[in-house]
Amino acid sequence: MTEVTDALLYLDGVTVSFDGFKALNTLSFVVAPGEMRAVIGPNGAGKTTMMDVITGKTRPDQGTALFRGSADLTKLDEAEIATLGIGRKFQKPTVFEMHSVTDNLLLALKGDRAPRRVLFARETLSERARIDEILETVRLSAVRRRLAGELSHGQKQWLEIGMLLAQEPELLLVDEPVAGMTDAETADTADLLRRINQTRTVVVVEHDMTFVRALDVKVTVLHEGSVLAEGSLDHVSADPRVVEVYLGR
Amino acid sequence: MSAMRTYSVAVVILGGALAVALLSLLPAEHALHVPGYVVALLGKYLCYALLALSVDLVWGYVGILSLGHGAFFAIGGYAMGMYLMRQIGARGVYGNATLPDFMVFLNWQELPWYWGGFNHFGFALLVMALAPGLLAFVFGYLAFRSRVTGVYLSIITQALTYALMLAFFRNDMGFGGNNGLTDFKDFLGFSLQSDATRAGLLVASAALLSLFYVVCRMLVGARFGKVLVAIRDAESRARFLGYRVERYKVAVFVFSAVMAGLAGALYVPQVGIINPGEFAPANSIEAVIWVAVGGRGTLVGAIIGAILVNLGKTIFTGALPELWLFALGGLFILVTLFLPKGVVGLWDRIMARRVPAPPLVAAPVRQPEAGE
Repeated sequence: MTEVTDALLYLDGVTVSFDGFKALNTLSFVVAPGEMRAVIGPNGAGKTTMMDVITGKTRPDQGTALFRGSADLTKLDEAEIATLGIGRKFQKPTVFEMHSVTDNLLLALKGDRAPRRVLFARETLSERARIDEILETVRLSAVRRRLAGELSHGQKQWLEIGMLLAQEPELLLVDEPVAGMTDAETADTADLLRRINQTRTVVVVEHDMTFVRALDVKVTVLHEGSVLAEGSLDHVSADPRVVEVYLGR
Repeated sequence: MSAMRTYSVAVVILGGALAVALLSLLPAEHALHVPGYVVALLGKYLCYALLALSVDLVWGYVGILSLGHGAFFAIGGYAMGMYLMRQIGARGVYGNATLPDFMVFLNWQELPWYWGGFNHFGFALLVMALAPGLLAFVFGYLAFRSRVTGVYLSIITQALTYALMLAFFRNDMGFGGNNGLTDFKDFLGFSLQSDATRAGLLVASAALLSLFYVVCRMLVGARFGKVLVAIRDAESRARFLGYRVERYKVAVFVFSAVMAGLAGALYVPQVGIINPGEFAPANSIEAVIWVAVGGRGTLVGAIIGAILVNLGKTIFTGALPELWLFALGGLFILVTLFLPKGVVGLWDRIMARRVPAPPLVAAPVRQPEAGE
């Protein structure tokens, strides 16, 4: 396939309907390499469905979804898309609760996932070093031996972000990373995402306006499955349509 | 679990079986003589334990609740039965050197093609492992690729074993129909009636169980096993990390089916018969109960559970046969309610109470959830 776009992520005319309800309606969404983008919108605006389309969980009825201008995301499954370099954090923190924090990261480390390779895999020194590094980044060094299920809600969120980093994706999709976090944790998370963005492209879906303001990046407002407005937070907050459907409430 | 403990479990199984086998060879009037029926009974329990181990591997570690593992056990058993039938040779009631008695009775003129090769033990052994493995591969490939999970998967595994039961009941399938395969004489040239053969089969069952126990232990202790538990606890997370979940499930399901098949194969010469009743859905459910009673996801619990429940069954069906199923159902309810981690969990709890609590580092403290 020839490259049709310079964008890292390119969605065009994407439509997904569930029993006649259009969760996404000719959605177009473009993210440049190295960018950080915040996506906001009321409940049911299609934010999570958009993530599902990008990560291969949901197949769109129509439209184009390209990664790096060449990989057709509508043809690949979750595992292939993950291997391609797209990491996803779920809305509800999802970690392997019965595994230790380090094992969670070990399983997430970039590497061959084929069963016959994993069967004989031994933890290498470089893997251990990489795990230590990520533990520092997400500030979980002190609880590294704990079971992930014993962590606090905020720590789980961070562990999941750490697992995303371990995958070394080019693009991180982060769904409501600060839901249920304290103010201090929220500020730390904004800081962490900015640091991650120095080397990777990030798309953040979030409801928390303080957090979105703290990120200080271009914002896309979704409404009824389409883009309602796009621009700086100040720009979109001034848009009367945005105020009507979302911010005003 | 440490390597020490793993090997000690294997040594206990093997050592125990060897001791019983040797004692059974003492003269009958000796005080320590173990009668032949006890040897056969223990051998049967060990085969059930191997079946339970195979169920625990898929249910305890990958979360696949198979209610059809009895099918793999029975297929392995039939493969062994076919070999044993061919071993009878001309000693059958009708004295036909090639055709088993039931085929002569049905007026069949020649051996069906799929009975070919079963006079060679090597070929039969391959079929004992490969036939259940192949069935598990086809079934697993279709089910796991379509992402059938949970109760739906359990139901279709029940349907699988039920369908096979109906098929094997038919005379024209060529597997002895209703009566199955029986009247075996020899196994590898050794008379199945002799005490020495029974003792040998008991030791072989113990060796196979120990071997698979150690292999399973290594499997779940390695990174592969961590992936399996990850799939069990958060399947979508594993997918989004790039793991092809269906491939892992198929691989483990096939391995587990081979284990179950070999268990069935060793079971048949020790009980002397294989019939379609082994495919009964209730048998597969019973295997799941053994695992639950022993302790799901512990491997050793599967072995303990299978032996305990079957010992109970032997005693109970001797005394009050009509009440056994009620007792089994009641046991399952009690274990689910009061012993969610089975006998192994109970044991761990007792040991934790007796040994003073380890220093604080090891004891994780539940932190209050942020935002609560």
